[in-house]
Amino acid sequence: MNKQFLDARRLLCPMPVIRVQDKIKTMIPGGQLEVVCTDPGVMQDIPAWCRINGHQILSASSDVGEFTINIIVGD
Amino acid sequence: MTKQRKAVSLISGGLDSMLATKAVMEQGVHVEGINFFTGFCVEGHTHAIRKKDKAKPKRNNSLWVAEQLGIKLHIVDVIEEYKNVLINPKHGYGANLNPCLDCKVFMVQKAQQWIQENDFDFIITGEVIGQRPMSQRKDTMPVIARESGANERLLRPLCAKNLPETLPEKEGWVNREELYDFSGRTRKPQMALAEKYGFTDYAQPAGGCCFLTDKSYSNKLVDLWTARGKKEYELDDVMLLKVGRHLRPQPHFKMIIAREEGENNFLQGYKNIFRTMTTVSHPGPLVLIDGVLSEEDSLLAAKITARYSQGREAEQVEVKMMQQGEEKQFLVKPLLSTEIPKEWHV
Ligand code: SF4
Repeated sequence: MNKQFLDARRLLCPMPVIRVQDKIKTMIPGGQLEVVCTDPGVMQDIPAWCRINGHQILSASSDVGEFTINIIVGD
Repeated sequence: MTKQRKAVSLISGGLDSMLATKAVMEQGVHVEGINFFTGFCVEGHTHAIRKKDKAKPKRNNSLWVAEQLGIKLHIVDVIEEYKNVLINPKHGYGANLNPCLDCKVFMVQKAQQWIQENDFDFIITGEVIGQRPMSQRKDTMPVIARESGANERLLRPLCAKNLPETLPEKEGWVNREELYDFSGRTRKPQMALAEKYGFTDYAQPAGGCCFLTDKSYSNKLVDLWTARGKKEYELDDVMLLKVGRHLRPQPHFKMIIAREEGENNFLQGYKNIFRTMTTVSHPGPLVLIDGVLSEEDSLLAAKITARYSQGREAEQVEVKMMQQGEEKQFLVKPLLSTEIPKEWHV
């Protein structure tokens, strides 16, 4: 699977969402993106952005101040 | 078959743009949202910084609005381009450092570019004549349409009936009769329309959509420009002006003092860029120092740092100053609150 990574640590919302959006624009449907962030706001904002734009959240987890979200790019 | 018309709507996260978008969607137009991040938007990050706000759900209102409406939302980073709008506003500032008219022109212009690139037909905004003293007046409406280059492709559904017909109306892409004639500062028609559409729990920003309408924020930005001798800023500056207590004891240096744990954690991220101070003998805040300090200045800064620590009543407080790995200790008596003049507070 074509998996890509994005480091959005130290960025505050909505910057991580913007980075995810811009990265996904360069990817093909079905591709997977893993993004790591430090702003807890991403746990709401990235899934919300994915829901409205037709992408799927595969997993979202947090570990010592870092939040990792895996996204499957939609059509 | 008639072509499906497409519009992009400027979504601020507030009620007006939400209603304007819905009014056009109701007429069968395909609408997508666009939101511009200038760095000054009230959304998001302050909640992330201040711990006391953490009990409140941290939602991004523009995303929330888009989700309620069931539309896509494109968030555009305009931080760099926006500098010119804020630093040299052709139409000047509002009550504070808010260049609302230039800001509107800029955003509609960006939206105009976007519709051209994405083959959309027109632009929607939630503007209402007379709603805001600077940017939403009868005489400024044509200025925005003209200077942005959107001209007739800019539709304001909430007050369209009070304005000349636009292209979407002339072409029959939307029915003018089903648009609105709101005007003035009253919010009643918006509330009634929100009820009709079944919208509840929407955000009602008090002053405007960004920090630039805030007096104390604007004062801090003016102070920063004055101290630097020129109007310029980076995103970090914008962020730091939202955080902590700002004190300028001397024209050449400023202290940013964390007010609670969330701010303390946030300021930690700037430790390697700024000189910092913190108390060692007593619990106290992290302090960032912006500027160059003489020996005497360092001592004064240490006394101020001690003042904001839990050792404020103590005879002596130990303060540690750090800069690029170098450490210096001070033993000081904290300043009394009466020794901190009001003018130091930015
Ligand atoms: S309040 Fe801020 S974002 Fe809103 S129009 Fe004025 S300057 Fe622009």
